[in-house]
Amino acid sequence: MDVKLINPFINATSNVLETMAFVEVKAGDPYLKKDNVARGDVTGIIGLTGVANGTISVTFQEECILNIVSSMFGEKMEELNNEIADAVGELTNMISGQARKELEELGKVFKAAIPSVVTGKNHSISHYTDGPRIAIPFFVGEGSFTIEVCFER
Amino acid sequence: MDTSIKVLIVDDFATMRRILKNILKQIGFKNLLEADDGTTALEVLERESVDLIISDWNMPKMTGLELLKSVRASDKFKRTPFLMVTAEAQKQNVIEAVQAGVSNYVVKPFTAEAISEKLEKILK
Repeated sequence: MDVKLINPFINATSNVLETMAFVEVKAGDPYLKKDNVARGDVTGIIGLTGVANGTISVTFQEECILNIVSSMFGEKMEELNNEIADAVGELTNMISGQARKELEELGKVFKAAIPSVVTGKNHSISHYTDGPRIAIPFFVGEGSFTIEVCFER
Repeated sequence: MDTSIKVLIVDDFATMRRILKNILKQIGFKNLLEADDGTTALEVLERESVDLIISDWNMPKMTGLELLKSVRASDKFKRTPFLMVTAEAQKQNVIEAVQAGVSNYVVKPFTAEAISEKLEKILK
């Protein structure tokens, strides 16, 4: 997979969270993920088509996403519910949009589908293509979340 | 800026409708309507007299671009200010929206100040 495809997603994730949720996020080192198990409790996933086909997913730990959405709404969120799932879908959508904008500047044009959201402990993430899955952990205060980027070989 | 006008917010994500409502209320708007896609928005427009439409682009059933084209084809709403607030930030999207008659365009993620500035421009 072209590593130039990865940086726009890291930049977009930081930009979206900092702008919409007013939180400072720090990206960890990317790694190759070899299983389908989500590293958290709620995942937004979105398909991309264009110069390559692939998917990106964003998986949050419960406490982390509750803090993020509380900050977005200016109201304390106490539990994983439909409002949280909806927010994860919209965050995924915005990350996809921002990353696609940066990729367009590199001459790589993608279109995105409407995101889906999966919740639950130890849920699995199925990417639509069989390419390598690059995972990037992010840290927000004491919480964390992970994005996965997977494009066809 | 006249904040007594009636505003229709169209987005398939309740999260975004809520964030936009919060921002609009902070600015001073009180008369806020919601729809979760373009089709529902057209139903609201049939029965309400709306002064400003704020719409997402990428929605099921009817996209924001299709809604914009329908609105511009209607005698009742062809001059109604239409603000597109969308994650679709690629050049071709902006060109298509401008050609269809959008009043202004905000890319997600956005700040409250960005929304306020755009509204000042299209409502003056």
